[in-house]
Amino acid sequence: MTTTPPPQLYAPREPIFPRRVTGVFRRFKWAILIFTLGIYYLMPWIRWDRGPHLPDQAVLVDIASRRFYFFWIEIWPHEFYFVAGLLIMAGLGLFLFTSALGRVWCGYACPQTVWTDLFILVERWIEGDRNARVRLHNAKWTARKWRLSITKWAAWLAISVATGGAWVFYFADAPTLLVDLFTFTAHPVAYGTVAFLTATTFVFGGFMREQICIYMCPWPRIQAAMMDSDTITVAYRDWRGEPRGKGNLRKRDRAAAEKAEREAQAAGPGQQARYKATPYPNAPIQLSSGSATIAAPVQEHGDCIDCMACVNVCPMGIDIRDGQQMECITCALCIDACDDVMAKIGKPRGLIDYLALSDEPAERAGEAPKSVWHHILRPRTILYTALWSLIGVGLVYALFIRSDIELTVSPVRNPTFVVQSDGSIRNIYDVRLRNKLGEDRLIHLGLTSEATLGMELQGRNGELDVLVPADTTILQRVYVTATPQSAAATEHSTDLRLWVEDALSGERAGRATSFNGREK
Amino acid sequence: MSDQDKKSHDSKVDEATGVETTGHSWDGIEELNNPLPRWWLWTLYASIIWAIGYTIAYPAWPMISGATTGVLGWSTRGEVAKDIAAHDAKNDGLVRELLAADLAGLAPEDDLHRYAVSRGGAVFRAQCSQCHGSGAAGAKGYPNLLDDDWLWGGDVENIALTVKHGIRNDTDDDARYSEMPAFGEMLDDDEVTDVVEYVVSLSSTDFDELVALKGKTVFADNCSSCHGANAEGDREIGAPDLGDAIWLYGGDRASLEHTVRYARFGVMPAWGQRLSDEDVRAVSIYVHSLGGGE
Repeated sequence: MTTTPPPQLYAPREPIFPRRVTGVFRRFKWAILIFTLGIYYLMPWIRWDRGPHLPDQAVLVDIASRRFYFFWIEIWPHEFYFVAGLLIMAGLGLFLFTSALGRVWCGYACPQTVWTDLFILVERWIEGDRNARVRLHNAKWTARKWRLSITKWAAWLAISVATGGAWVFYFADAPTLLVDLFTFTAHPVAYGTVAFLTATTFVFGGFMREQICIYMCPWPRIQAAMMDSDTITVAYRDWRGEPRGKGNLRKRDRAAAEKAEREAQAAGPGQQARYKATPYPNAPIQLSSGSATIAAPVQEHGDCIDCMACVNVCPMGIDIRDGQQMECITCALCIDACDDVMAKIGKPRGLIDYLALSDEPAERAGEAPKSVWHHILRPRTILYTALWSLIGVGLVYALFIRSDIELTVSPVRNPTFVVQSDGSIRNIYDVRLRNKLGEDRLIHLGLTSEATLGMELQGRNGELDVLVPADTTILQRVYVTATPQSAAATEHSTDLRLWVEDALSGERAGRATSFNGREK
Repeated sequence: MSDQDKKSHDSKVDEATGVETTGHSWDGIEELNNPLPRWWLWTLYASIIWAIGYTIAYPAWPMISGATTGVLGWSTRGEVAKDIAAHDAKNDGLVRELLAADLAGLAPEDDLHRYAVSRGGAVFRAQCSQCHGSGAAGAKGYPNLLDDDWLWGGDVENIALTVKHGIRNDTDDDARYSEMPAFGEMLDDDEVTDVVEYVVSLSSTDFDELVALKGKTVFADNCSSCHGANAEGDREIGAPDLGDAIWLYGGDRASLEHTVRYARFGVMPAWGQRLSDEDVRAVSIYVHSLGGGE
């Protein structure tokens, strides 16, 4: 009896050994790696003087005190819309870059890419380049293999600890926390965070690598919605490269072609078959009349010499010549690898290149492709840029009109008014006075209304000045009273404005509210 | 099964995608086999193992009478109890200060005053709001605590005394007590009408002068002993000021007549029997802070 074995539904990870590559894009990627990692590791250590009452760390997310500090900007919880705005801008920026330049985020700036790049660099320093690593991978577990592997893991772990460690410095005073971490007096949450991020960095950068991008990250799947045929992305010019062939294959085919030509010439002019060169060899070979005598069509080879350089350098382990693939993060290392080979065999660069797929018909016909700006400037990218700029301008505007002294007014509407024993009508307002400065301020409260209204602050013995400590919000209950039978007391509602004035700087802020009288 | 067999299985390859099929076919639709990474399967197994461990460690399995308690003995109720205990421990110092403090001497900017107001607010919303309203504006028969009119005194000590012992209850011997007679049994109908008109005249401009004048005599004979010669009330016995703009049971003629004929008897429980001393003090400071405190 023959049984069909069930197909394998699960596949092991194919190990990938990216080869070292040099070139324009590789250098650009190194620069971005140094820049982004530099920002990440060093940012918490930059100091910024804000006076005696506030922290002196330039970038600090102070969750305990509910403040976010970014150099000269201080964000309070009620201003969280700045953060929301920045996130929306980040989202739109990602849309813009993806629709214009494909997955540049994935290829250059994504932390998964940057740290994996760093881990592969360390791996290469310790174990050698691709061939040495493949040999080591296939070798038995000798003392040397153990030594190299343990060295590599130790280096990765050191980077991972530094990565997890740097993260927590954004949430507390970095120098203090560093000492606390090493003297084992830091908060357990700090240790937990460091441990968690160390583990994820170590596993994601060292072992999971491209698996994160292919199986765990939603972004590769979403990005397809932002790309179209005008998006400039990494692609293989198969119309120039195909049919591919290695050197000896080329020699054999060239010999066959020459032989056929000679035979055709020997057969006489009437029977001549001539290969006519076309700009791109994949175009149909044009034969003159009498081709029936040619036994086998002869093909000219494309520029691709099938050297596998593009495949060997790919950190995702794919072959870009298979066309656009979900796995491709457009890191452009295959461009560098191929350009290197093209230079060696004396062909123009760009067999693998950044190009827009809409240029294919023109390039096949031997015409010049459209310019880069022609591809980038199209309605969707202009729309993304416009929205992005609009929100950016709005945020900057909002940032500049912020005042250091603020108040919010919550009218107490339970009950809507209180009748006093002399028949006067009182309304109660809960006023929150906010001093965003790094020093205590005396704040004067005032009231403006067309009606005659009296004002009193709870617990201030008739004073209208309130001392608000530095970087603090205080709640002050305000009583506003209308005398019996006055207009405000008898009307349904009277407009009024409560305002505050910084006694020192004269800075003012105000809020409109209303006064409820007896009339329903 | 030999390797030979494995190789011989007729795996079909889909033409359009170049991907091997599983061999499953529904009405000619073939299922492609894009194998999942094996580590993904491991995460499934790992989470199953985690889930089993979790149900052993924490309350999980429903039984006939309740669920398994879990070997760690964790419960949400226990967490709350721990939170409350931690909270109480943190506030222990403030509570002791509050019990020792001179209530009248607390300034609004004192931390202790702030603590008392927020603690008292919580007590008020839980215990007092049923009658006095969540905004403390009261209702007919239940005094408004925001205004400046107090039946038994509006300084913080008097408020604390009222909260602790209550009013006209029979559970606390120290409860504030007074009782207005039902004058419907003592006065004839004309006298009742007259005295109501007099009381109206004290705080209104819309009244019959002759009737009110007659009522003034009735008032002097029957009411002034408690409400005072000028109807200004007496806080010692909780007799309201009848000349102000505030009426606990209504200031219109019908309400006043009802009050004169049948009297009123508002009762408040003695909260000292139900609340801790610190809660009584806190809620007193809270009520005092609402705007009418003296």
